[in-house]
Amino acid sequence: MRLDGKGQINRDTPVRFHFNGAPYSGFKGDTVASALMANGVKLVGRSFKYHRPRGVLTAGSEEPNALIQVGEGDAMLPNVRATVQEIYAGLETSSQNHIGPLEFDLLSINDLVPNFLSAGFYYKTFMWPRGFWEKVYEPVIRRAAGLGRITHGASPEENERVFGFCDVLVIGGGPAGLMAALTAARSGADVILMEESADLGERLLSDGELIDGLPADIWVDETVAALRDTGHVRIMTRTTATGAYDGLTFGAVERVGSHLPHTPDLPRECFWRIRARQAVLAAGALERPIAFPMNDRPGIMMASAIRTYVNRYGVTPGEKVAIFATNDDAHKTAVELIDAGVDVVAVIDSRTGIQAHGDYRLHHEAQVISTKGRRGLTELTVRSGGSEFRLEADCLGMSGGWNPTLHLTCHTGARPVWNPDIHAFVPVDDAIKGLHPAGACRGTFDTAGCLSEGVEAAAKALKALGKRVRRPDLPMAEDAAGATSPLWTVEAKGRAWLDFANDVTTKDVRQSAAEGFKSVEHMKRYTTQGMAPDQGKSSNIGALAVLADVTGKGIPETGTTTYRPPFTPIALATMGAGAQGKGFAPERFTTSHKAVTARGAPMMEAGLWYRPSYLPLPGETHWRQSCDREVTMVRNAVGVIDVSTLGKIEIFGADAGAFLDFLYTNMFSTLKPGRVRYGLMLREDGHVMDDGTTACLAPGHYVMTTTTAAAGAIMAHMEFVSQALRPDLDVMFTSVTEQWAQFSVAGPRARELLNRVLDHPIDNQTFPFMQCGAVKVHGIKGRLFRISFSGEQAYEIAVPSAYGDALYRDLVARAEALGGGGYGLEALNVLRIEKGFITHGEIHGQVTAFDVGMQGMLSKKKDFIGKAASTRPGLLEADREQLVGLKPVGAVKELTAGAHLFDRDAEPTRLNDRGYITSVAYSPTLGHFIGLGFLRDGPNRVGHHMKIVDHLRGVTTEVEICDPVFFDPEGGRARG
Amino acid sequence: MHINCPHCGDRDQREFSIRGHGTGLSRPKGETWSDDWNDFLHIRDNLAGRIQELWHHGGGCGAWLVVDRSNVTHEIFGTRLVSEVRS
Amino acid sequence: MRYSGLQVLWQGLTGNKGWAPVWREPEPKPEYDIIIIGGGGHGLATAYYLAREHGLTNVAVLEKGYLGGGNVGRNTTIVRANYVLPGNSEFYSHSMKLWEGLEADLNYNIMHSQRGIVNLFHSDGQRDAYARRGNAMINQGDDAILLDREGCRKMLPYLDYEQTRFPIYGGLYHPRGGTARHDAVTWGFARGADQRGVDLIQNCEVTGIDIENGVVRGVQTSRGAIRAKKVGIVVAGRSSQVAAMAGMRLPVESHVLQAFVTEGLKPVIDTVVTYGMGHFYISQSDKGGLVFGGDLDGYSSYAARGNLSMAEHVIEAGMTLMPMIGKARMLRSWGGIVDMSADGSPIIDKTHIDGLYFNGGWCYGGFKATPASGHCFAHLMATDRPHNAATRHRLDRFTTGRRLLDEEAAGSQHNLH
Repeated sequence: MRLDGKGQINRDTPVRFHFNGAPYSGFKGDTVASALMANGVKLVGRSFKYHRPRGVLTAGSEEPNALIQVGEGDAMLPNVRATVQEIYAGLETSSQNHIGPLEFDLLSINDLVPNFLSAGFYYKTFMWPRGFWEKVYEPVIRRAAGLGRITHGASPEENERVFGFCDVLVIGGGPAGLMAALTAARSGADVILMEESADLGERLLSDGELIDGLPADIWVDETVAALRDTGHVRIMTRTTATGAYDGLTFGAVERVGSHLPHTPDLPRECFWRIRARQAVLAAGALERPIAFPMNDRPGIMMASAIRTYVNRYGVTPGEKVAIFATNDDAHKTAVELIDAGVDVVAVIDSRTGIQAHGDYRLHHEAQVISTKGRRGLTELTVRSGGSEFRLEADCLGMSGGWNPTLHLTCHTGARPVWNPDIHAFVPVDDAIKGLHPAGACRGTFDTAGCLSEGVEAAAKALKALGKRVRRPDLPMAEDAAGATSPLWTVEAKGRAWLDFANDVTTKDVRQSAAEGFKSVEHMKRYTTQGMAPDQGKSSNIGALAVLADVTGKGIPETGTTTYRPPFTPIALATMGAGAQGKGFAPERFTTSHKAVTARGAPMMEAGLWYRPSYLPLPGETHWRQSCDREVTMVRNAVGVIDVSTLGKIEIFGADAGAFLDFLYTNMFSTLKPGRVRYGLMLREDGHVMDDGTTACLAPGHYVMTTTTAAAGAIMAHMEFVSQALRPDLDVMFTSVTEQWAQFSVAGPRARELLNRVLDHPIDNQTFPFMQCGAVKVHGIKGRLFRISFSGEQAYEIAVPSAYGDALYRDLVARAEALGGGGYGLEALNVLRIEKGFITHGEIHGQVTAFDVGMQGMLSKKKDFIGKAASTRPGLLEADREQLVGLKPVGAVKELTAGAHLFDRDAEPTRLNDRGYITSVAYSPTLGHFIGLGFLRDGPNRVGHHMKIVDHLRGVTTEVEICDPVFFDPEGGRARG
Repeated sequence: MHINCPHCGDRDQREFSIRGHGTGLSRPKGETWSDDWNDFLHIRDNLAGRIQELWHHGGGCGAWLVVDRSNVTHEIFGTRLVSEVRS
Repeated sequence: MRYSGLQVLWQGLTGNKGWAPVWREPEPKPEYDIIIIGGGGHGLATAYYLAREHGLTNVAVLEKGYLGGGNVGRNTTIVRANYVLPGNSEFYSHSMKLWEGLEADLNYNIMHSQRGIVNLFHSDGQRDAYARRGNAMINQGDDAILLDREGCRKMLPYLDYEQTRFPIYGGLYHPRGGTARHDAVTWGFARGADQRGVDLIQNCEVTGIDIENGVVRGVQTSRGAIRAKKVGIVVAGRSSQVAAMAGMRLPVESHVLQAFVTEGLKPVIDTVVTYGMGHFYISQSDKGGLVFGGDLDGYSSYAARGNLSMAEHVIEAGMTLMPMIGKARMLRSWGGIVDMSADGSPIIDKTHIDGLYFNGGWCYGGFKATPASGHCFAHLMATDRPHNAATRHRLDRFTTGRRLLDEEAAGSQHNLH
């Protein structure tokens, strides 16, 4: 019911929204919870297990009951707290987790049989008959479990992620936080003040207190103005600090646009990674409920939440309100309600010898022992002295005390300590160095104390920063926290809820202990208390108190479970903002990209790069047509392909040769200027890391190539070797992969083509196989390397990247004039398999030089990375799987990569497994499939007939083991 | 977590990658396999407390660093360039 | 007490006050035949199989905290037998068969759900590597199906097939793979061992291992000295700390691995899905939360918590692969202490000390191995011979180089596996 003259909502701006399809009206500034309350809606959800009717319990993000769906279609979000979601025009919301309408949930049948659904029941049954678990029980459980729904489509809304930096981060905008921010800012620190709700002030906006003799919200406004005046406070409202991490790094979620209709230029949420040099935690405290029988009805809520609704939102949750208190603080609710003109039926206080704080009926030494009103509270039963009586009420505010919100102090492993004076856990000193708790979050509950602690916490932070502390004046405020006395359970018949969100009662906790789950961690997992979306914010302490009581240990010895981020749940789209679609990783394009895509080449990912698969000609409809043509074209005329993606590292220094000798297994210091050599690199564990060629351009000047995939890793490896292992070597190097566009020109007419672009023509004498040197290409300084991956006469020509596109187009046009053209990766792969050249398909990380037949490349004359480990006996056994070639010899011609090798008459089982195929291609040159693979004792089995079996593709083929070089074994074509 | 790179200053952990324990600097002599090599490549003390590790500022200057860090609290006590530290 | 639906009904009718404690809380005896150090999944499974298979019940499991408080208490619950290397193939296959009978064996609903697992691949080369793996699985007698892109689309319609950074080429589908409820596995094995007479001693920290002349004599604990003829170390991330008590150093580094869960949702992901171009894997638990994880943070840690950048990185992979999960909210994040071995595969072996046995190096893959790890370790401890499903998990394989079990092909760098 809406109250006149109360609340900070904007009554000039009415807002219409829907809940469960029905239209409602509220005001700007209302949450869904307060707006529904204004409309007299009490039922907002159904509980998780028993599907009991539930109403709003709190006024904040700790809400366990009022979880709603927001939005429609793919934008629909589940499990939104109605107490946090502000209404906006056109907002669509609905309740969750019921079959049939909210008022008549069919699953509330569960509430008729609670004894059969007690803690851990599902571990003891659903086992028979066998097979029924997956086919019958589990699907039913899965449909009943979970809360909200998501659709398969991505939400169209966007989010952002940002880094933030400050001197002092103040978490919490209540009295302690405001004073801490003011102190820090006035002392010259750069401050971020972070507040979860839409306005600063927290309790000062709802508790009806006076500061300096005036209503507290006036002081809040003045203080906010003073903060802005300092010029270096960033105020972030609607921002929740979600986690504390190493190095005073904090995660936080800012609700940027989620309280407004969706617009494309405003992100829904922003995830902040804030690096603070110091921080103050002023996160306040959360009220805890009382575990009395039937304490979960709609209309039963936290006492302090009632006054938040009255004073901040101008609504009352009921017209006849009772309060069940164990402390003085709860009485404030009665005072505020009376001030707002709402009928306070009574305050029922469990303590003795207390006074009323206003003009209301007070029962002391009294407890609520039961309630009535399934869809909304109607009546309570109170026990006082020896007698019981009933009270009519449609709303009950309960307060079992306050739990300091200390979560962030425990995120890096600290545990809180029990303070027996306030019956609550408080942060341990120096839980996180540089994070200073102040106010209610460290157990100080009076306003004057909070104001002063805010100042002192900031002073500690400022001292740590070496800044002089300028303390602001402390205003006059209430300095009595009031007394409190714990009431962990009310002993009476009926289920008493501890965890509203997961439907865990005191009976469940007791049963858990009786069954031997006595540690607080066991109790949590067995009962699921504390594991719901609210992560036990209102139930953790109450549950462990019940456990402590039933096991006979005290609360301190029982201890808490572990506090972990996030403090409130974070949308994955927020925490992963920017990574959807292509944003996940950078895209790297070669200089020939436009030219090949213009020809319709399908592009494939090679690491982060894009390279063409093949360049189809008009009329070609299947990739094999293009690929076979391109292979033949290279073998018979000339082909051009962009090889810029291979890593290129430029190396200089007097000891560059020695450096290369240490990196490679073979000798490079003997490589003469103008020559190129193939090299093998091992990891220190003796397995092959990469292969490539290195060219010596001049004494002490080399250019190394690596494979595309390993470029980054090799660079880091070289940095390590140079800096950590061989700082004695005079060498420096840098990556030049992107600086040079490099193209392979391969085929019998390669030289003919090149002589049309080189300023000075070359021939087989001046530029023999494995020669390299500086050249001029159309007048531009370039480099030429005569190396071949196809086995044909081939060169790699390199120019500065700016000329890459132009050179590529020129080379391809000239190649076409000579009967050749551009080719892609598929053909590249066929060509190299025909020649038995290995790629990372073969050197896949489990393979040694011995395995690929390159044991001879391991120099005996010098040490190199991996040498010692490669001599381990297990790495040299003949029985190891070693590189072989394969070709089909039977009726079936198909070979597949991934097939395994067996003796012809052997069953295809693991015990008979002799090896596997790594690379396969159809060779148009030879007219049949060829493959490379690894076979036990392979080199000694050349000529043998075996079979390959690929169960996955249903292929079994008889093969002949052969040398991996299928074509031109003498290598004459490359030397021509 | 932040690491103080001697060249670049205090930088976010995201700019760095880690190779492993500081013993990686003590590459054994000998070109054939030995117990020293087995120890170097495989065996670790792996105890809880303050340890030396090798980190690479790959997202920055490319320097390799020896980082003195607690593997219990994650507190970093100091960083040095590997080139200043030899086994 | 035997668990069943009838028992639940009967006990429910009588107010649930008759449930027997799931395990006793005995005081430690001064001596046992066998001590298992470590009351996690593998330690409890070992004790269970020692009793069940070998009739050895004069056994104590010593757990420094509460049973199952380590990695079995928080993991992504995946159960699979999709390894490629001999040594691992037969081991996980053996484990899968044990999983399939475990519920009936333990009389405890471990919620083993063979909902299938799909390992996505994103290039021809990756497909070929997965084909090698799938064929290895079938050679071993397990199940694998190679899905192409359309096959994936039918099964996993919510993946981003259009915009994702690394296109989905297909997936290796392992129908018998799936999930199980981790706490239930712990408690099921514990109850089973306890019912057979094994003493489960909680809040008992081993502080020393007594060795005389190369023979193990017993242990020192926070609850006194206990003698034993055989001692097995099964403590996962704490392996090196406990092994040090016996003067041993191991090829193990302890690292932090993070895992995450979202708030509960109605069913939306039916299988386990792993991404091929970034470390990310996800499934949906029976309570509705999406359970997902990724890679190690990379640095050695005993802190049991990870850092923000890796958490973001894992979620980034999830967002490019299946952007619908953006609408779910991360509810809780954990870090565990995982024992990374030098080749990424475990060690189940005797040590050079007579009567001292070691089981560890499980890296981040211990949960699926729980039954076979316990079964094979029990066999080793009882008979002094390795079980034939665990012959290659030798401590000395790193120094001989013989039959290394490097599934990730990452070499001898512990944090790369």
